[in-house]
Amino acid sequence: MAKKVKTYQLKVPSSTDQLEIIREFVTGVARKVGFREDELNKIELAVDEASTNVVKHAYAYDDRKPIEIQLRVEPDRFVIQITDKGKGFKPEQVKKPDMKEYLAKMRVGGLGIYLMKTMMDEVEFSIDPGRKNRVRMVKYITPETVHPTRKVS
Amino acid sequence: MNGFEVAQHNSEDGITILRLKGFLDAHTAGDLEAALQKCIDEKKFRIVVNFEELNYISSAGLGVFMGFIEDVRENGGDIKMTSMTEKIFHVFDLLGFPALYDILKTDDEAVERFAQTEKE
Repeated sequence: MAKKVKTYQLKVPSSTDQLEIIREFVTGVARKVGFREDELNKIELAVDEASTNVVKHAYAYDDRKPIEIQLRVEPDRFVIQITDKGKGFKPEQVKKPDMKEYLAKMRVGGLGIYLMKTMMDEVEFSIDPGRKNRVRMVKYITPETVHPTRKVS
Repeated sequence: MNGFEVAQHNSEDGITILRLKGFLDAHTAGDLEAALQKCIDEKKFRIVVNFEELNYISSAGLGVFMGFIEDVRENGGDIKMTSMTEKIFHVFDLLGFPALYDILKTDDEAVERFAQTEKE
């Protein structure tokens, strides 16, 4: 028999006051999956950074636009997809930030993608500006990432 | 609501202590920005930021410190950070902050560090 896959979905307006709701939604499901506390922290931060980028960059703070968060719990992985219809970007042009350079240029922001990649096992962008931009992030379910009581496939 | 608060405390030796509490993200980063801007406007450039009661920080929160540090240092001051939980320190560490900022265990250590710099 095929293993059951569970999906969850949240759609909220693109606004920073939704970040808390998004974080709680995702960590709530991740906690149910059985992830350890430090993994929950990583998932929480990655989702926040991805959603913040949508609010700030894709939609330029237009709160009439929607952000969609889809979660998929597969036997060996937790998949998070965040989708918007705003302005896209070129993921390959985003480099690892050099903090000294940032400081020198007084640049703020732009650290989110680096954090997302550090926090998650897989991060992948699919960009189609104005139609569908999507970031897909994966956290593996392994004996190292979940509580011992949870069975790992 | 989780919320975020900054409490400002002025010590006798001219050092300003900002105690952060709660959740610092893109929604609440403006409150921290306002608190630091107030310090600059009041010409208080020796700043200690206490993270003991901060539960969460995202890059939007870290960005605020980067936005002010140059201005503060150009005026002979500094922003020293204290009392971070392991969770918060981890995020600062990932982005290389320990090389750029004084991150200390206690407010007393930070005050001491300011006193040392003054002697030099």
